[in-house]
Amino acid sequence: MNRRDFLKNAAKGIAGISIPLAAIEFINPRELLAKKDGDAKVRWAFLVDTYKCVGCGLCVKACKQENEIPYDANVTRTWVERYVITKDGKRFADTPKGARDGFITSKIELGKDKFQEIKDEEIEKAFFVPKLCNQCENPPCVQVCPVGATYQAPDGIVLVDRTWCIGCGYCIMGCPYGVRFFHPKYHTAEKCNFCYHRITKGLKTACVQACPFGARQIGNIKDPNDPITKIILTERVGILKEEFGTKPQVFYIGLDREVK
Amino acid sequence: MKNHVFRPLFVVIGLVVIVLIIRVFYVPKDFGVHERGYMYGWYREGNIEEWKTQVKVKYQGKEYCSGCHADKVQAIDKTPHAIIQCENCHGPANDAIADHPSEQRPKLIIDKTRAHCLRCHAKLHYPSSGRAQIRGIDPDKHNPDIECVMCHNPHKPSLEGLK
Amino acid sequence: MVHGELWTVKELFVYPNEYIYWSVQIVMYPFMTGLVAGAFVLSSLYHVFGIKELKDIARFALVFSFALLFVAPVPIILHLQHPFRGINNLMTPHFTSAIAAFGIVFSTYGAIVASELWFLYRRHFVNIAQPLKEKQDKTLAEWFKFFIFCSLTLGVYDVSEESLKKDEKAIRILAGLGIPVACFLHGYAGFIFGSVKANALWMTPLMPVIFIMSAIVSGIALCMLTYILTMEIRKFLAKRKKTVQPMHQTSEELQSAEITVIRMTAKYLLLFLVFAISLELLDLVFRGYTATKSWDVLRSVIYGKDFTSIFILQYTIGNLIPFILFLLPNLTIRRAVLAVLLVMFGVFMMRWNVVIGGQAFSLSFAGYMHYHLPIIPHDWETVKEGLVGAAGVFVMPFVLFWVIAKIFPVFDVKESH
Repeated sequence: MNRRDFLKNAAKGIAGISIPLAAIEFINPRELLAKKDGDAKVRWAFLVDTYKCVGCGLCVKACKQENEIPYDANVTRTWVERYVITKDGKRFADTPKGARDGFITSKIELGKDKFQEIKDEEIEKAFFVPKLCNQCENPPCVQVCPVGATYQAPDGIVLVDRTWCIGCGYCIMGCPYGVRFFHPKYHTAEKCNFCYHRITKGLKTACVQACPFGARQIGNIKDPNDPITKIILTERVGILKEEFGTKPQVFYIGLDREVK
Repeated sequence: MKNHVFRPLFVVIGLVVIVLIIRVFYVPKDFGVHERGYMYGWYREGNIEEWKTQVKVKYQGKEYCSGCHADKVQAIDKTPHAIIQCENCHGPANDAIADHPSEQRPKLIIDKTRAHCLRCHAKLHYPSSGRAQIRGIDPDKHNPDIECVMCHNPHKPSLEGLK
Repeated sequence: MVHGELWTVKELFVYPNEYIYWSVQIVMYPFMTGLVAGAFVLSSLYHVFGIKELKDIARFALVFSFALLFVAPVPIILHLQHPFRGINNLMTPHFTSAIAAFGIVFSTYGAIVASELWFLYRRHFVNIAQPLKEKQDKTLAEWFKFFIFCSLTLGVYDVSEESLKKDEKAIRILAGLGIPVACFLHGYAGFIFGSVKANALWMTPLMPVIFIMSAIVSGIALCMLTYILTMEIRKFLAKRKKTVQPMHQTSEELQSAEITVIRMTAKYLLLFLVFAISLELLDLVFRGYTATKSWDVLRSVIYGKDFTSIFILQYTIGNLIPFILFLLPNLTIRRAVLAVLLVMFGVFMMRWNVVIGGQAFSLSFAGYMHYHLPIIPHDWETVKEGLVGAAGVFVMPFVLFWVIAKIFPVFDVKESH
């Protein structure tokens, strides 16, 4: 290489470097090292008392209307499951239409338009379990989003950016609880966000407000005087699918080993 | 003689530069790493505000209803149905209703169906659940063809309130 | 209707939001990237390790790999609910997600293959562009041709012996560099599935390796198949003496060359097939032996609901039968074609059994989902995520190959290095 070529190449190199440096800055390492746990004053948590739930499904109805999920679409941000264990050890579970219309029959839905009749005297144990997004401390759905369209807000709520989601469905696959789905209208990933528009205005979530029996409660786990914080700290509460290491923030009173 | 071997590399570098330049214009300015770090906090910050403000509150709660219908709320508060939110049967009040002058106010759609009552009152003998404690009927046997509200008044649910 | 509801039938206890969200296009995606990776590895076996017997098929495999490369992202694009936002993957990549790597790895790999092709065909470009450059009164078609090939030379007209030596060296380096990238490209496709902790069938560290092995198998198989097809056409043309392109070989010469290449390549195919099957069986044995929480439902899927597609279609028809066909002495072209088709079918079924099989049971472990592939389309969704879309994706590389081969002539004997 002679001197002229060298100068030419050097000029090219400098031109290359001088493209806006901001363009290369995908990640700022200083930001990356920033406080991971944060010093946010709010961390939303949810408490479900399965003893109190009667399976009326008013929470599901309210949720779908409050959060504009097409009422007849077979997807829902929250749902209620029924578990029936018979005296001869058979286990049944169902959630017809996510219990949008409650449980008004003792027949268990088996899918493929089949139903199982269970006589009252055969029942050993039966109960209802409301489900919703766990707003995990380590949300696997966020980890797998390829574009940063779903994320954990500083108060712990996992939100979806409907303008950025590409609709690959990886987050739906990544959630061990099956809370995510594609919104029938927006075609982006959709999930329970504890009625973010309500809780940030000081209101309760639609499901908490709609529940006549107080089976659902929401609160701020960083506030020691919050009633649900007291319960979570002092009473025996369970979480769902602990083995996935997701650290769910929805706590259950009266969780049974049969709960899937 | 010039070394041609690096020509493809220059092309590649050129393409990368183009992508990076597009990126500057395409990606919103508030997109970046936030409180929860790159793994959980890589997002467009403006979206949080969108979620807070762009979704309308539909269910207003009982206190809101009692603003105008204090008598009804007080009456029902004396019954076992006090625990039920007005909007569970009357439908969400929505902002829109308060915004309209009373003559033009859209009517709420009240759910008076049998299926709605059965949500709680279809008897299910589930001993370890609160459902067992609720008074209930067998929907197939208890007047299956007529609506509950033909006889029962949901605002006075006790048997004395029968129409 | 909710996305996925159309082709999902639920049985027993399934969570309300669960559907088969990843359908046939996600089966096609690893299948197609597998073919890309496999074709490239095959071509590299010659360029890097100097396996002379593969010389003929190597250049062919590289061009084919290039054609496949353009098709690999198509299934994903067809699958996305917002295909036009796919670019976000390059704009704001979230590298904790396996899919985010796609844009980067795929582009890197594309750059390597394109560069390698450039070095391989540089002289060809110059040979075409040079006379056109000097020609004074070019017709419109010639201007067009000149424009294409002039750009393709990247301004380099030097075809001296010395510079061609450098080309060969560059090719070897790129081919060497390409092998890990090709494996990474496909290994990460396996990682996409293997890292989903929510899915009991997918989550295994073996997944990326299994994917790479079966990718190479399918890639080699496809190259063999296309090679045979092209050779047959050439033989046909040679017989009828309709030599459109400069071909100096007789039908018999071609015949003997063809069978030697096929026999040689078949050995490598068998080698990788053995690896692939061993790993898959290892995975299965481990799951059964350790029998963790998910095993009950997995067993009912593997040995029950999906028995036919796993043990009959995949292992027997897709693996065992072609294995025997290849091992029997005196391999003929006809037998090779059959075996190669079965191998590709087997790899496709493996992808199917992973992608669809992984969604055949509910996250509750107490229910099942059945997939019904939309065959006759009635709206856009059933076109792109149905039989039509899948078949379209499969045909696309052959069409592209036909186009690309016009610029990169595969069988031009004079030009070959």
